[in-house]
Amino acid sequence: MSASRVISPREPAGTVHRGGILVRYTLIERLHHWLGAIFYIYCLITGLAFWSPYMYWLSTLVGGGPTARFWHPWFGLGFTFSMIWMYVMWKRDMQITEADRRWSKAMEYYIKNEDEKLPPVGRFNYGQKLFFWLMFFGVFFLLISGLGLWFVEDIPWSLRWLRYLSVTVHVIAALATIGGFIIHVYMGTAMVRGGFASIIRGEVTALWAKTHHRLWYEQVTGDRSRDDRSLDR
Amino acid sequence: MSQATLAIKRISGHAGVAPGEDVERDEIVCKLIDTTTCIGCKACEVACLEWNGYTFTETVFDNSYQTMPETAWNYWNLIKFNEHERADGSITLLMRKDQCMHCADPGCLMACPADGAIVQYTNGIVDFQQQNCIGCGYCVSGCPFDIPKFNPTTKKMFKCTLCVDRVAEGLEPACIKSCPTGCLHFGTKEDMKDLAETRAKQLRDNYGIEKAGVYDPAGVNGTGVIYVLHDVTNPEAYGGLPSNPHIPWLVRIWKGPAKWIGNLAMLGGIVGVTMHYLRFGPKQIDPDEDLEGKAAQDEGKPAQDRGDRP
Repeated sequence: MSASRVISPREPAGTVHRGGILVRYTLIERLHHWLGAIFYIYCLITGLAFWSPYMYWLSTLVGGGPTARFWHPWFGLGFTFSMIWMYVMWKRDMQITEADRRWSKAMEYYIKNEDEKLPPVGRFNYGQKLFFWLMFFGVFFLLISGLGLWFVEDIPWSLRWLRYLSVTVHVIAALATIGGFIIHVYMGTAMVRGGFASIIRGEVTALWAKTHHRLWYEQVTGDRSRDDRSLDR
Repeated sequence: MSQATLAIKRISGHAGVAPGEDVERDEIVCKLIDTTTCIGCKACEVACLEWNGYTFTETVFDNSYQTMPETAWNYWNLIKFNEHERADGSITLLMRKDQCMHCADPGCLMACPADGAIVQYTNGIVDFQQQNCIGCGYCVSGCPFDIPKFNPTTKKMFKCTLCVDRVAEGLEPACIKSCPTGCLHFGTKEDMKDLAETRAKQLRDNYGIEKAGVYDPAGVNGTGVIYVLHDVTNPEAYGGLPSNPHIPWLVRIWKGPAKWIGNLAMLGGIVGVTMHYLRFGPKQIDPDEDLEGKAAQDEGKPAQDRGDRP
């Protein structure tokens, strides 16, 4: 592929370029992914600093404890905003389909890199969808409990159990998203080759799409070569 | 306190032992508040403001004699006024000086995430170090008495210091010095407990106040501020003094087992993906493969076999 070619911001996902290049993510999608990533990673670093004395040093990376404490809730609101945006962009793509349910039953082959034994999937696979919904509901709980921590003095003493619940829910939701985040980063950077480039430049090769997201590949290219189509949807 | 470091250990040319040698000093300090002799004059409130350098600001009228509904970041000492109906139907006014209780097991300190923002001295005083405070408000969740308050301007937490600056110099706290009725006392924990029990016994035996007793809650391992109450069985009547204060169990779990379970889980996740990479490696697409043919031919073969071909 030519290094100078850039995907136009107006091209929708699934646009097929000459030379077997597909638009995987539009500019807006990539922008909101990375906006969300910045907000989340800031909250992760500062949150871990508040979580354990052994990680308090992380707060010095972002300007010290008081600065970290000041910005953490605002970046949290920022992440909520980008999550809402991602929801609007992707909610249709993220619905769990029959193909996903079949794929989920064969997930062990995906883990063992025996991908040829997997049923074909659409634009996102079951794991990606699971991560999306984990973050979506994670943010919901982080926001609600985070407001409780932010305005803890405004929770009346008679409802003080809400103070304690806020702390607990915030911790559980944060740990759940961190679990998803570790897997997400690992798969996006190290495991699935070509995945990281796709969220940076927005493009994948047709072969990549055919290998990892066959239903999506067939949908955008109009490829009808596969014999066994009975399993789709 | 500061004098403790000047206790004589050995004396040159001295016959016999040094005076005070091997004497165990009770260093734990304590404030005793006798609610039965408090007249609600608020001298302690004013003394607290004066010593700690705060000016009197606008207050909130709450249909009572009380200066404001609760303590504030710049108002650490507040007498709570509560009308109370006795068993015989008569009305009495319960007055309780409210401030930090200086728990032996401080919930604020347990909850605090900032290195050195809350310290507990060997004399029992629990003190906030504002230069280390990040203003997160976790101490608010940890405190069983709802004491720490947030200064929105400096974004730091504040509360009663038990006049640690005075105590370190061998002086009593400002509130104690101002009390006109002598309902406030200051000394070692042992002495104050003794004095409080004596007073409670006097109230029971001489005045017929049968439920009089000392409030020194065991749930927080005792406090550095103790009360003599007319009715020790009902501390809630004194402006919400909790009958069995303790660090909230959710805060204990958060700062105890949850931390280690969470840390292990995060570490396990990182180790897990690393092990996965070492065992299975990346999902690669064979560069020789093309869209039409070879992928279909290789159906059924493990992915790594395909990658191994020259």
